Amino acid sequence: MIPAAFDYHSPQSLDEALSLLKQHGGDAKILAGGQSLIPAMRFRLAVPAILIDINRLDDLRYVEERGDHLAIGAMTREHSLEDSSAVRSSYALLYDTAVVVADPLVRNQATVGGNIAHADPANDHPATMLAYGATVVAKGPNGERTIGIDDFFTGLFENAMTDDEILTEIRIPKPAAHTGGAYTKLERKVGDYAISAAAVQLRLDGDTVAAARIGLTNVSPVPMRAKAAEAELVGKSISDAVIEAAGKAAAAECDPSPDLRGGVDYKRDVTRVMVKRSIQKAVARAKGGK
Amino acid sequence: MSEHEVTLTINGESVTRSVEARTLLVHFIREDLSLTGTHIGCDTTSCGACTVLMNGKPVKSCTVFAVQAEGAAVETIEGVAAGGELHPLQEGFWEKHGLQCGYCTPGMIMTAKNFLAQNPNPTEDEIRRGISGNLCRCTGYNKIVEAIQYAAEKLQADAGGE
Repeated sequence: MIPAAFDYHSPQSLDEALSLLKQHGGDAKILAGGQSLIPAMRFRLAVPAILIDINRLDDLRYVEERGDHLAIGAMTREHSLEDSSAVRSSYALLYDTAVVVADPLVRNQATVGGNIAHADPANDHPATMLAYGATVVAKGPNGERTIGIDDFFTGLFENAMTDDEILTEIRIPKPAAHTGGAYTKLERKVGDYAISAAAVQLRLDGDTVAAARIGLTNVSPVPMRAKAAEAELVGKSISDAVIEAAGKAAAAECDPSPDLRGGVDYKRDVTRVMVKRSIQKAVARAKGGK
Repeated sequence: MSEHEVTLTINGESVTRSVEARTLLVHFIREDLSLTGTHIGCDTTSCGACTVLMNGKPVKSCTVFAVQAEGAAVETIEGVAAGGELHPLQEGFWEKHGLQCGYCTPGMIMTAKNFLAQNPNPTEDEIRRGISGNLCRCTGYNKIVEAIQYAAEKLQADAGGE
């Protein structure tokens, strides 16, 4: 399978990329890691007339703590998250996610920014960034702006950026004390999309859940937060019954489609279990465990 | 449609060719450079039969455009046996029967080569995770894992002997 023909540009700077994007507007597509876009082009599901390859923009590769957040350059390869000492020590939810994105070969090429900008509910980072309450930085001809992750995913494969903007950075708030997070994913095999997966980030005050955010993977047309499940947790003293109630709420509020990975009832029940397991792990981590 | 001149290093040798932008790296390697050791399996970024090292990192060459390899050092299975002598990984696959049909083998070896460079003394579990992007439909993986263990030991012994 060969992609349809296209014109290719390989800008050497972000400004050059932005000016190409402005020039070509909606005809152009940004090529980041290409691990979703190139397969889509091979199937002719995507037929961009122009590709702007931003792989030469080495300035967009970094993972570092800056003030109150972790800054991730959009072109950071997935495998760099696994190797990052900051991620390993303080961002357990992100680390959990990084090691289950696709497979090790894909992670050598795939980028964090691409995973998010693609706005595919089957991708893993959207749920994780929703759970973190992350911020996306987009740069366009009129400068830079930040978009809260809750406003970022606007449809299937659609995000809040305009045609002339490039996603440049993702910011994850530095976790406060007594915060824990976890990502749990059920997949048929390594490299497949999730049947369902749950990202949980919560903060404890003693045994009471002071704050909680939950994101779900591949059980809705648009990456979603499980707000009813969050509501079952916040303000409650943590117990098996509370965790079960949150799992059930997530199962009820998600909106999966039947496919080769299973029917609707099955996916809802898997979601219940993924949410429960992530909460249990997040609570253990908030208390200082692994 | 754009045509581009690409210069890259393939198994240590510099080559320059003109390619159409949509030419995938795997097709460039197999058809333009006639190096057919790199296989095309699933064609959908799933199986890893087309794995090559690009600047030392294993990638699926069916999911990279040749034009993106401009300036890169690419290594394929043809570059693994230095001076005609089998690499410890190739020897391991031979000794431990790490292949049956052999279709996945070039990709497995390229992935394992980078994996052992990063993890010279791996556990079995680490090996299994390391090759989890490469599919084999014959062996059930056990013999492949043994082949990589064999290579790890041999490489360690060789390194210690110097």
